[in-house]
Amino acid sequence: MKSPLDGLGKSLLDSVRDLLPILLVIGFFQLVVLQQPIPQLGRLVAGTLLVVAGLTLFVRGLEMGLFPIGEALAHAFARKGSLFWLLAFAFALGFGTTVAEPALIAVAGKAAEAAAEAGLIAREAAAMERYAGGLCLAVALSVGVAIVLGVIRILKGWPLHWLIVGGYAGVVIMTAFAPPEIVGIAYDSGGVTTSTITVPLVTALGVGLASSIRGRNPMVDGFGLIAFASLTPMIFVMAYGMVI
Amino acid sequence: MEFLVLVTDAVRSTLVDVLPILAVILFFQLVVIRRPLPNLRRMLQGTAYVLLGLALFLVGLEEALFPLGELMARQLTDPAFLHGVTHREGMALGWSDYYWVYLFGLLLGFSAAIAEPALIAVAIKAEVVSGGTINPWGLRIAVALGVGAGIALGTFRIVTGTPLHWYIIAAYVVVLAQTVFAPRAIIPLAYDSGGVSTSTVTVPLVTALGLGLAGTVPGRSVIIDGFGLIAFAVLFPIMTVMGYAQLGRWRARRAQR
Repeated sequence: MKSPLDGLGKSLLDSVRDLLPILLVIGFFQLVVLQQPIPQLGRLVAGTLLVVAGLTLFVRGLEMGLFPIGEALAHAFARKGSLFWLLAFAFALGFGTTVAEPALIAVAGKAAEAAAEAGLIAREAAAMERYAGGLCLAVALSVGVAIVLGVIRILKGWPLHWLIVGGYAGVVIMTAFAPPEIVGIAYDSGGVTTSTITVPLVTALGVGLASSIRGRNPMVDGFGLIAFASLTPMIFVMAYGMVI
Repeated sequence: MEFLVLVTDAVRSTLVDVLPILAVILFFQLVVIRRPLPNLRRMLQGTAYVLLGLALFLVGLEEALFPLGELMARQLTDPAFLHGVTHREGMALGWSDYYWVYLFGLLLGFSAAIAEPALIAVAIKAEVVSGGTINPWGLRIAVALGVGAGIALGTFRIVTGTPLHWYIIAAYVVVLAQTVFAPRAIIPLAYDSGGVSTSTVTVPLVTALGLGLAGTVPGRSVIIDGFGLIAFAVLFPIMTVMGYAQLGRWRARRAQR
């Protein structure tokens, strides 16, 4: 087993390189364009060191923990051969990782404000809370459905692009009927649902499934789960906006 | 000492966020699969690294980059700054007066995507799965260019107030056309890269930019026009990743001749 310190210097350097562009952009705009000093420089430096350390640990843990877990589960389900349990797992993973996602809760709160502004719901705290809660549930359901659909697609070997094209057509049609106030939030919700922990886990699951089923190519069939997870929330959120 | 409190708080909230995932995995592992996982200790150690790493990453972002990024988004969209740049006091601003905002959107989108841990993860996986034919840096730069271009166009849309869905539908048409011509093997990865690029780093910074811009441009509503930037950041990487693969194939063909 590798010692946790092996190659640490190189990983740290990689992390610094990953973060350099954003530091340069912020420094350039603050000093050259806005021509203002950087407030609380000490805090910025300390924060940046934490970010570098965190990113290094995360990338290291990814290859030791999240990727192997996703793949081990995929292989275990493939060996077990029970479609029901595999799909139940896919749904639970999609639903469970999304329903408590902080970014989603924040966006749902904003969406409730938008709906109240537009007069779709009453401008009361209780009504807005109910609306936001329902929206979170709709998005979580949509991600659960997305992972289930994506897993079925891997099992059957359907080409991804037909399903995505169909999904796009659905989005375009729904846009014509959904209340305009919800459209921007619906389009954004697709990007918000895919968190930093979910992405590696779901990717490893897809690649693991595709490589343990005969006749599937992990490159062509293994990727694509995240694509579903960023498409279905748009449809579900617009549907939610139409129903409420 | 203050940092220590922040870090323990962040570890606790990261744990709460991943609790549903852990519960799902544990349930299926213990109740359905009922077989020991290989290398369990190493996996647990790796998971601990991921959680601690993500917690530190988030504390650092919230301490350092987010406040500054949000402050800058507000300052850059401030009419006083824009008037100062164009030297036209008291005159209405046209869409072309916001060029610093577009440039900021482009560079912020690009650099935030490069720092995005989820994108790093997918790039590592793509290199392994493709047997090394996909270069992780090439993929990440292609995605980051897409995010940057998308955010820049998205800020232009907020300034001009043109309807979001026309941009999105036009982008779909381009994506469909590219799907027909791009190498088959890249398509799923390209579609995935849109959702991947919008996570921990990009979403808060970009949301702050959109809300700041919609709040200061006359005639825009924060609630209706402030959203939609993320949608651009999801769609444009799909195009650039397919474009990257098309470029690679074209160069390989030319080299053969």
